[in-house]
Amino acid sequence: MQATNVRLIQLALLVVILGGWELGVATGAIDQFFFPSPLAIVRQIVEWVMDPEFYNHVGVTLGETVLGYLIGTGLGVAAGVWLGLSPFVARVLDPFIKAVNAIPRVVLAPIFVLWLGLGLWSKVALAVTLVFFITFFNAMQGVKEVNPVVLSNARILGAKRTDLLRHVYFPAAASWILSSLRTSVGFAVVGAIIGEYLGASAGLGYLIARSEGNFDAVGVFAGIIILAVFVLVIDLVLDLVERKLITWRPRNGEERPA
Amino acid sequence: MSAIVRTLKPVPEPTDRLAPKPMVTIDDVTMAFGAFVAVENVQLTVGDGEFLAVVGPTGCGKSTILNAIAGLLKPAKGQVTIDGTPVSGVQNNIGYLFQQDALLPWKTAYENVELGLKFRGVGAAERREKVMGWLAKVGLKGFESRYPHQLSGGQRKRVQMAQALIIEPQVILMDEPFSALDIHTRHLMQNELLRLWQEDRRAVVMITHDLEEAIALGDRVVVLAAGPKSRVIESFPVDLERPRDVAEIKLDEKFMRLYRDIWASLRGEVEKSYASH
Repeated sequence: MQATNVRLIQLALLVVILGGWELGVATGAIDQFFFPSPLAIVRQIVEWVMDPEFYNHVGVTLGETVLGYLIGTGLGVAAGVWLGLSPFVARVLDPFIKAVNAIPRVVLAPIFVLWLGLGLWSKVALAVTLVFFITFFNAMQGVKEVNPVVLSNARILGAKRTDLLRHVYFPAAASWILSSLRTSVGFAVVGAIIGEYLGASAGLGYLIARSEGNFDAVGVFAGIIILAVFVLVIDLVLDLVERKLITWRPRNGEERPA
Repeated sequence: MSAIVRTLKPVPEPTDRLAPKPMVTIDDVTMAFGAFVAVENVQLTVGDGEFLAVVGPTGCGKSTILNAIAGLLKPAKGQVTIDGTPVSGVQNNIGYLFQQDALLPWKTAYENVELGLKFRGVGAAERREKVMGWLAKVGLKGFESRYPHQLSGGQRKRVQMAQALIIEPQVILMDEPFSALDIHTRHLMQNELLRLWQEDRRAVVMITHDLEEAIALGDRVVVLAAGPKSRVIESFPVDLERPRDVAEIKLDEKFMRLYRDIWASLRGEVEKSYASH
C-alpha cells in the first residue's frame, strides 16, 4: 500500500514538473531558447536513437570509458596492493601521491591532447587519471585491513608470498576494490566526456559540444539525458558482475550467529 | 577433605610414565614487546603424543608462547625446538587452532580445508579424497560448498579443525579454541577433538583459561603465573583414563581432586592478575 502510494506520488510529481514545464513553454512563460520543451527533447532523443550515426558516437564514448576504466582500475589495484604490502614505499611516496591527487584532473586535458592528439587516447588518459586514484586508495586500504588472524592461519598452513596474494590479500581487498569500481565508473564516463567536450570529432561529449556550438539547447538536454541513461546501464551491468563475483559475502539476514 | 587435597603434589617433569621423546622444547624463552615482558624464562617440554594444557589468568601472555612455537613471533631470549630442529620463521609442520574465526571467509568449507594441501602442491585428485574424508570425519558431509558465514559457530570450528589437521602436523597448537562457543557446543567439540586426537596421537599444546577443560582434555596441566613476566609455576600430571567423556569426567572423584589442587595453585595468580588490573 505504502509502496504504491510512494510510486503514485512520484508519478504525479513527474507529471506536474514536466507538464508545468511543457505548459510554460507553450504559453511563453518559459523561454524556449534556454529551456526547450520536454516534448522537443524527447523528439530529438528519438531522432538520434533512430539514426545509425548516433551509435557510432555511443560506441566511441563507450570505448573510451571502458578502456579508461580498465586501465585505470588495473593500475590502481596493482599500485594499491603493492603499497599496501610495503608500508615503507607507501611512506616514501605519500607526499607525491597526495600532490598529484590534488591536481584538478580537468586541467590535464589540454596536456593529454598535446601529447596524445585529438583521438581516442587523450580521452582514455584523462579517464585513467580520474579512475586510478579512487581504486588505488581503496585497494591499499583493503590490503591494510586484512584480518591478521586469517593471515597468520594462511601462513601456518604453508602459504608462500604468491599464495598469500592470491588467496588472502586480493580476496580481502576485493570488496573494497569492487565498491570503488562502482564509484569509478562514473568518473571514467566523466573523463571520456570532458575529453570529448574539449576537442574531438565523435562521441556523446562531442554531440553535446556541437549542439552547444549551434545554440541548440534541445540537443544539449537530449545529450545529458542520454548520458544519464548510459551511466545507469553501465551501473546495472556492474551490479550483476558484483553479485556474481562476491558470493561469499553474507547478504542481509543470511548471517549465522555463533 | 583438605587432607586428601594435599596428598597430590605437583610432580616435576618428565612424568612417571614411559618418558616419550620430547617433541617441543621451550628452552628458557622470554617473549617481550618493547619494554613489556609478557613471559620470562619459560621452560617447558612437550613429549611426543602428549596433550599439554596450559592454564593461567587472562593477560598472562599464554598466547605468545604458542606464537613462539608457531614461529609467528621471535623470542627475545631462549630457543624453541620442534623435534630437535630450532624454530625460525613460520613453521609448516604444525596445526594451529585459533580462538577467533581464522577461516578464509571467501572460500567454501571445502576450499578452506583444502588450503594446506594446495600450498604443499598436492595433486587435485588426492586433495579431493583427503578433504572429503576429513569433512566426513568432522561431521560436515554435505556442507562442502557452504561459506563460513553460512555455518554455525560449532560448524566453523569443525572446519577449522579439519583445516589444521589435514596436513598431519607434528604438533597441534590450540589457543582457547572453544572459548567463543556455548557450553553444550563446547562439550561436543571437546569430545570431538579428543576422538580425533586419539586416532593419531600428536603432541598438543592447548592454551586455556578454563581449568575444567584443561583437566578434562590434558595429560598434564601447567600453571602460568600472572603477567607481566609470567613464568611456569607448577605442573600437574593428569592421571585420568582415556578415552574420556568431557561432560562425564567432571563427576569423577579424581577429576575433582585434581581440580582442587590445581585451583589452589591457580587461584593466587588469578587474584594477583585482578589486583594489578
